[in-house]
Amino acid sequence: MNDTVIEGQVRIPSGCAISGIFSRSGKRFSGESIIRSIEVMHDRSNGLGGGFAGYGIYPEYKDYYAFHIFYDTLKAKRDCEEFLERHFDIINLSKIPTTKVKEITNEPLIWRYFVLPLPTKLSESQLTEEEFVVKSVFRINTDIEGAYIFSSGKNMGVFKAVGFPEDVGRFYRLDEYEGYCFTAHGRYPTNTPGWWGGAHPFALLDYSIVHNGEISSYDANRRAIEMYGYKCTLQTDTEVITYIFDYLHRKVGLTLGEIASVVAAPFWQTIGQMDAPERERHEYLRNMFASQLITGPFSILVGFSGGLMALNDRLKLRSMVVGQKDDMVYMASEESAIRIIEPDLDWIRSPRGGEAVIVTLDKNASEV
Amino acid sequence: MAIEFMYPEYEVLRDPDRCIRCRVCERQCANEVHTYLPEKDRMISDDLKCVNCHRCATLCPTRAIKIVKSPHTFKENANWGQKEITEIYKQASSGGVLLSSMGNPEKYPVYFDKMLLNASQVTNPSIDPLREPMETRVFLGGKTHEIKRDENGRLIPIKRVKLELSMPVMFSAMSYGSISYNAHESLARAARELGIFYNTGEGGLHEDFYQYGSNTIVQVASGRFGVHKKYLDTAAAIEIKIGQGAKPGIGGHLPGEKIVGDVSRTRMVPEGADAISPAPHHDIYSIEDLRQLVYSLKEATNYTKPVFVKIAAVHNIAAIASGIARSGADVIAIDGFRGGTGAAPTRIRDNVGIPIELALASVDTRLREEGIRDRVSLVVAGSIRSSADVFKAVALGADACYIGTAALLALGCHLCRTCQTGRCNWGIATQRPDLVKRLNPDLGYQRLVNLLTAWNHEIKELMGGMGINSIESLKGNRLMLRGVGLTQKELDILGIKHAGE
Repeated sequence: MNDTVIEGQVRIPSGCAISGIFSRSGKRFSGESIIRSIEVMHDRSNGLGGGFAGYGIYPEYKDYYAFHIFYDTLKAKRDCEEFLERHFDIINLSKIPTTKVKEITNEPLIWRYFVLPLPTKLSESQLTEEEFVVKSVFRINTDIEGAYIFSSGKNMGVFKAVGFPEDVGRFYRLDEYEGYCFTAHGRYPTNTPGWWGGAHPFALLDYSIVHNGEISSYDANRRAIEMYGYKCTLQTDTEVITYIFDYLHRKVGLTLGEIASVVAAPFWQTIGQMDAPERERHEYLRNMFASQLITGPFSILVGFSGGLMALNDRLKLRSMVVGQKDDMVYMASEESAIRIIEPDLDWIRSPRGGEAVIVTLDKNASEV
Repeated sequence: MAIEFMYPEYEVLRDPDRCIRCRVCERQCANEVHTYLPEKDRMISDDLKCVNCHRCATLCPTRAIKIVKSPHTFKENANWGQKEITEIYKQASSGGVLLSSMGNPEKYPVYFDKMLLNASQVTNPSIDPLREPMETRVFLGGKTHEIKRDENGRLIPIKRVKLELSMPVMFSAMSYGSISYNAHESLARAARELGIFYNTGEGGLHEDFYQYGSNTIVQVASGRFGVHKKYLDTAAAIEIKIGQGAKPGIGGHLPGEKIVGDVSRTRMVPEGADAISPAPHHDIYSIEDLRQLVYSLKEATNYTKPVFVKIAAVHNIAAIASGIARSGADVIAIDGFRGGTGAAPTRIRDNVGIPIELALASVDTRLREEGIRDRVSLVVAGSIRSSADVFKAVALGADACYIGTAALLALGCHLCRTCQTGRCNWGIATQRPDLVKRLNPDLGYQRLVNLLTAWNHEIKELMGGMGINSIESLKGNRLMLRGVGLTQKELDILGIKHAGE
């Protein structure tokens, strides 16, 4: 790294564009359409960050964790691989294929590993497999200088860089991947040359988040989530939101709908009008998970295995629309980003603030 | 002796052209400063008796009276000030411990005044509290993230004892005895109307006020005055008082002359007998003993009420709070060194304890480091002077604040710091019926409601300005604070950045 201050050393607010496409039937489609969608919203980014997440893209390795890693130096790569070899069974490793694009410069080394925790290490650690992976990711990202794991889920992957999102998509040859879900992000940070790791989506295990907004609750959320073993090394909103989702969903066991009631909780006024059991449930969630409430503007798309969720802040301070055509569901900051890829929608609407829109694969969806 | 003579610190200036000899000042002054000389048809004053409480000045119909600081001074000395010299004279004369009231008035730093708040510009919008909901409701009590579901997978709300506050402010402990019946009534009624809580202090609960039980926190202090089953059952919460900011490490002493009538009955102390609270609880000599008292009180009330533990902010506060968080307490109340009192030894008040801002920051940080911050709520006191102080305290990590002095000021207190004499001209810190009746609880409670309503408006404005529409998103949100003129060490303890960073 050069002398510029990067995410993690400073907190950088940013505006953004987001888009997501999901096939309920599990039909796999190329990443090309998500590039076209995010490209329409070019002016919502400023060329300082773009990225994508694809689900169902690694069917041949679907039981392995796919680590996507940025290396600044060969030494970082050596150190990281040494760590991986000590803790994981590495089934496959390769450079992530890229194309030279003149707008994308200063690329780090970008590698991909399909791994499983070594059974002996896992049992020694007394952790669940997922927790073991999370801890390893945190360890590499904080302790190995110049190595940064930016994707760690199964049968999914994140691709991100400094640049406009459409250029980033071409750089990563996203049209060569096929999946049942893609999300995209174009970034508009306010004061930094941008760092590849700071681009979005932000991912942990198979949760990936693209986010548009600047949350006012950041430090309250950060300090709370860090109590539960997370380290907010990037100081970005998206990072802390991802950890909140991971914590509430995977560790606490709340459903995504319940998580929406926590992070974008209904106002007390609204809760007061609910019938008794519902009111009690919301009061309970707001009280017990008070520190996970997120305020300030946000629209987010949360990708997870087999589903996609859209959520706006409780006041809907950021635009977001959801549309559908047959089994395809589209979610984006602007309607234009949906119309460009599907002009003939069955319906399109603007979800209310705090209203979670959750789509999952149909029961009889094709094997993914 | 001549050397004991102390020229009064304040002088009563009376404009003879304005004075109409109505003698209101004479009737109003319990310190007997003013006298009428019929032969000369003149009012005269004995400045020596004046405590500068402003009662006469505010009630003089012609504004003939003002109280000014006397220009009479000792020879200037940067080391030996007026206070140091006169205190020596007093002690050389009396051989006694000096007594004072209200909070530490000395020139120590006020960290609240060295922290500035953030606001939204461009990158995210501020929110207008007049147009959008702005939520200040808080719950006090431990939180759990364990969840339970019924057979259909629906969440079963886990019931934990808690207090619900409409805003993060409560009235702190002031006993019946140290303050008057009318002051207590004002606090109780205001707490009810505001949807918050007041605290009985250690003097028991007058039976007239049992009706406000659901807005009452009852205190169990080392003297156990007025503690009985019904007292505990009536309350919404119970506070074990270990210490208070104005006098950490020592007990209390309500002189026998204040133990009269109802005060005696409420405290369960014979009339005229001194009510002495021991320095420690004699059943708490260590942290494990505290746990036993916490659970005794929970047992006695069938686990229906939150138990607070109130401590003074002292040097090792973070470790002490950590111990209390593990003792079963639901709320830790921390009282800073500026906290008020009806009477405290001057040396203790002015020299013991640490600022609440630093104590709060280090406790909140420590509890988070240990992963136990959710187990307890933190309530801070001593001294919270405005909505901005409340706001900054919440941003540092407090769940709520206690106010004592600010509430008394709303009731008319002019901070003359002579509560210990029992001759409060404002009817607050006195049991003399003629003085008590000067505080009209109908007006008093309304002024308290006004004060906190105003504060709540201000809190909402500040929240809206930084784009926060619910107080829980402010709690511990230290990025919203910046220090000015603080050393790196101070910033590190407060866990905040310097302005401009």
